Order: sequence, then structure tokens, then C-alpha cells
Amino acid sequence: MPNDWKTYKPLLLPAIKDLHEISIYEKNNGYQALRKILKDRETWSPKNVTSEVKTANIRGRGGAGFNAGLKWSFMPEPDGKPRYLACNGDESEPGTFKDRKIFEFNPHLFIEGAIIAAYAMQVEVIYVYIRGEYRPFVKMLQKAIEQAYEKGYLGKKVQGSDFSVDMYTHMGAGAYICGEESSLMESLEGKRGYPRVKPPFPAQRGLWGRPTTINNIETLANVPLVMNYGADWYLRIGPDTHPGPVLYGISGHVNRPAVYEYPAGMNIMTLINDVAGGMRGGKKLKALIPGGSSTPPLRADMLEGVTMDADSLREAGSMMGTAGMVVMDEDTDMVDLIWRISYFYAHESCGQCTPCRDGTGWLEKTLRKIKNGDGELRDLDLLLAICHRMEGRTICALADAAAWPVRYSIDRFREEFERKCKKTVYAVA
Amino acid sequence: MSETKSFNAKDLSEIEKLTAKYPEKQAAVLPVLWYAQDKFGHVDPSVQKLVAQTMDLPEALIYGVVTFYTQFYEKPMGKHVLDVCTCLSCQICGGYDILHYLEEKLGIKAGETTPDGKFSIQSVECLGACAYAPMLQVTNDKYVNHLTREKVDQLIEDLKAGKQPGFESNKMPQHENGSD
Ligand SMILES: Cc1cc2nc3c(=O)[nH]c(=O)nc-3n(C[C@H](O)[C@H](O)[C@H](O)COP(=O)(O)O)c2cc1C
Ligand code: SF4
Ligand code: FES
Repeated sequence: MPNDWKTYKPLLLPAIKDLHEISIYEKNNGYQALRKILKDRETWSPKNVTSEVKTANIRGRGGAGFNAGLKWSFMPEPDGKPRYLACNGDESEPGTFKDRKIFEFNPHLFIEGAIIAAYAMQVEVIYVYIRGEYRPFVKMLQKAIEQAYEKGYLGKKVQGSDFSVDMYTHMGAGAYICGEESSLMESLEGKRGYPRVKPPFPAQRGLWGRPTTINNIETLANVPLVMNYGADWYLRIGPDTHPGPVLYGISGHVNRPAVYEYPAGMNIMTLINDVAGGMRGGKKLKALIPGGSSTPPLRADMLEGVTMDADSLREAGSMMGTAGMVVMDEDTDMVDLIWRISYFYAHESCGQCTPCRDGTGWLEKTLRKIKNGDGELRDLDLLLAICHRMEGRTICALADAAAWPVRYSIDRFREEFERKCKKTVYAVA
Repeated sequence: MSETKSFNAKDLSEIEKLTAKYPEKQAAVLPVLWYAQDKFGHVDPSVQKLVAQTMDLPEALIYGVVTFYTQFYEKPMGKHVLDVCTCLSCQICGGYDILHYLEEKLGIKAGETTPDGKFSIQSVECLGACAYAPMLQVTNDKYVNHLTREKVDQLIEDLKAGKQPGFESNKMPQHENGSD
């Protein structure tokens, strides 16, 4: 099994020249999973496909890590009216830049996965929501979609079967919040991207009030692997509880920042020191954000033996998120960094919920004060109090995502924050 | 001064095609705004009005959408808009140095446009190119990565000479000594 990273050969993004061309993709086992399903509809009924994917436990790569097949099974029985699959290529979480690799290097793997997902959920229309800044990548995907139509993998009666499916791209226009699944649907419907109150969940009432499932691009790219080689095979890649290949986006102070594909559960220090070429300029590692800006930063001394999977990261005090790893060296100013993250969330809050709209603003203002040397020790308590009033009290998880980095940094880098604060002494009367 | 803007027959048929992708016409608001911005360079109130009339939707709705999304230009911008990422990974890899260098070089601050209308600079959030920091995006299109002062100088000269940057592919290290 491909679990030794030194001999691991990428499965999602294999090193095959021009794989983005459909003819090359087909020559390399491409669209075979879809063909296999459509050829033997008895073995591969929609329910059986869903159950195979569920067994494989592909954990959502968009950040929440939810079992993809299980999510598909929440779709109600078809009632003859439209239902939708929305593919999430918004990729706006700071530190995350992996779905674009799929659009560029292996778009057909994603397209095939999305078609299989549509088949399993008996969906006939797929929308691919891609952030507006990725315009060049939207064009790449569009070209691949056209090729798939020409070859009869998309459109009416796929490969001569009675299954029909259309795929359309939809370009965002600059809004992080549109990556949140209900905001994404609002944006697709041509509105301001305000997240919806849940329940009802998308599987009950999604796009235009109809059953809808939202999956990340990388999540769907895993589907053909499962259908080609089986759930048992897939489960043997990486840890039992978090299987499969993962696109690790490594950025920050390493010698070779890039996207790397390895099994889930890679040792963090191996990723930093061996895979990404070690710390830039021989500096010491100070901290790591393991999975995009929303995941709590970890101090270097907390990383011993920690691996990139949900369980290990939870134990260490963080989360897997998008596996967008930001590596920070000893010269990094954590107060500055956390202020900039807070600025991001204040800028991106949609403003619907008061705790989030005001909370993100106050976090940013207070951190700016501290970073500029005008803060006082009691401002640290104020920050924690603001976090407390945001967490779990809003329509979507942006407020939590904004609070966590602040809360955990104050806890884990307290001295650094205190050093920037004025030591005001208050007289006790 | 402000000439009335309009869509020609070809525009209208393109807009119809965009609308056909959705069960409801309002869903085409973002694609149509993109189309309009490509044609007019921005979506100021006069363009918003045109889009509203063409799609037979309230102007207030179009205005609401335009103001929610940062990539829609609510007023005319410089010919070249330079969006410098200063977020997380870019912040710690010199994004602000690049921003300040550009500000100095062009004599304007982030959020401003040069008096000759050639360049606008903006400080923006993560563009999904974190490993290639510091980086910027040119007028909602190509990314220019691994910026240095020299690379910025070159870019400005190229843009002045009418040369747009090409697409920079960032190969995966695992592909570099790949099998095929
Ligand atoms: C504020 C916010 C932003 C999000 N941004 C993204 C994103 O850019 N891409 C993405 O795939 N998921 C994003 N998500 C997660 C989605 O809501 C959703 O869980 C995901 O797309 C489901 O796909 P998956 O189960 O395949 O991961 C975001 C969530 C929140 C709360
Ligand atoms: S939590 Fe923030 S981003 Fe989410 S809906 Fe509320 S205000 Fe909007
Ligand atoms: S932080 Fe600048 S591109 Fe992601």
C-alpha cells in the first residue's frame, strides 16, 4: 500500500503530462469508474454507489471533514422535480490553494467524480461555483467540461444510458463567505451571499428550494478512486478514521512551499522538514497553522508526533481544516499575524449577525491597538470576552472561525501579547 | 458627458445564453455583471441600470449584488488594477513590502488611481496563491507570483507597453521528476 511517503505516487494529481486533455485522461484509466457503473446498473444502483462511497469515508476536504457518502444519503427520494449538486471551488480560506491544482492538472478526475455523485443522488444539474479571482482556472475547467460533453460523459443519455446530467460553471466575484455552503447557494441564485439559517439543511431545501448537496472539489476528485479500486483499497491509504490522499498546501517560511499530495495522516515535522525542504534560512520553527486561517495555531513544541488527520490534530488542539499549512519561523510577530487574520474576518463578515459583525470589528480594532503598542493587559481579557460572545451564537461558522485564532493565540503565545501591552497600574481605592 | 450605455445584438444573445444555464433569470446576475464589466470596464450606476433594465430586475437588487462583491468595480478604475495580497502567508513573506514599493513607485496609496488613469492599487485578501508569495493579480485576471522589486519594475514596464502577463503555472514538486 502506498503509505510510505517516500515511494508514494500521487493518485489525485499524478505526474502525467497533459493529463488535463481528455484523451490522455482516458488513456490513463479515465472515466472507467463512470463506465463501470453505467454498464452494470444492477450492481451499481445509485444506492449501492452511495453506500460504497460512504464505506470509504471520504472526509470532506472543504474544511469540516464530513463523510461524503453519508452526506449524499441525506438527499430525499426523487420526486420528479429538479435537485442539484453544487461543487464548492470557492477556495478562499487564507492558506488554501489546492483545488486550483485539480482544475489545472486533472480537471477530468473532478468532473468524473461529480458525475458519479450526481448519478448516486439522482441529480441532473451540477453547478461548479468557483471564486472569481480564479478566472484562468475557470477557463481551464470550462474547456474540460466541453471535452466531456463531446465525448458523451455529460449531457443527454450519458454513454447511451438513460442517465442525463449537465454541468455549468458559476464564477463568484470576490467574497470569502460564499464558500460557506448556504451563502454559496444564495450567490448562485444571484443574490448577496448571506448565509441561510439552518435547518432546513440543503438536502431538504437548497438551490431554488430544492434538495441540494454541496461538496468540495477535492472531495469529489476522490470519488473515482473509490469506485475504481473499491472502498477497502481506499481505506488502507492513511489512518483508518481519516483515509485517502490529501493535497497538502504548504506555505510560509519553508524552502519549498507548494502543493504536495500524500496520504492523510502525514507526520507534520516530516512535511515541514523533508517534503517542503525545511525552514527557510535555517531559522527555527515557531508555529504552524495546520489547515487554513480558521484552524487554531499550534506552537512548535506542540507538534511532536502530531499527524495531519482529524483525530491527531484535535488531540493537539487544532483542526485539519483544508490542510493548508502555514509555517512560521522564529522571527514571526504573532500579534501582527493574528491582527491580520482578524482584519480578514472583519472584512469578510457578511454583517447579518450582530455578534459576528461587531465582534470581528472589535477583535480587529483591539488587536490593532495592541500591535501598535497602545494596548493594555486588560485588553487581552476583553479579546477573550469578545470571542466568548461570538462563538456558537451566529448563523454560520465564520464567527467561530474568527474567534478561534484569537482565543488560542492568546492562550498559546500569551507572553508575546503581554510584551506588547502597556503595564498600566490602576490604583485600587 | 456620460454617454448612454447599451448592449448590442451580440451582447443580448450572449446574455440570453448565460441566463439559459439557470432555472431562474436572477441567477444570471453575477455572470451578466461580469459580462458588463468586461465590456465597460466597471459596473457603475449607469451600467447597473442597464443590467437591471436588460434583465428586467429591480435596480436596487443589482446595486445590492454589486456592492457585496469586491471584484465588481462600482466606479471606473485605472486601466490596470494591481491587487496585492497582504493576507496571512503573503503578509509573512513580504506582501506589505511589495505593496509599499508599488505605492512608492506609482506615487499613490492602496485604494487610489494614478492621475493618468493607468494604474490602481488595492491591498486584497488571500488569492489562493499562498505558496507563491508575495504575489498580485492584474485586473481580475492573471497572477504574478514570487514578486521581487525587479519583477514589479518589469511588470509595470510591460503593462505600460501594452503587454499583459502570461499565465504562470506553478508545477508541483512531485511532478518535476515525474515518471512521464
Ligand atoms: C466561512 C466559511 C467559508 C467556507 N469556505 C469554503 C470554501 O472556500 N471551500 C469549500 O469547499 N468549503 C468551504 N466551507 C465549507 C462549506 O460550508 C462546506 O462544508 C463544504 O463545501 C462541504 O464540502 P465537503 O463536505 O466536501 O468538504 C466554508 C465554510 C465556512 C463556514
Ligand atoms: S456569522 Fe458572520 S458571516 Fe456568518 S451569517 Fe453571521 S454575520 Fe454573516
Ligand atoms: S495569503 Fe496571499 S495568496 Fe494566500
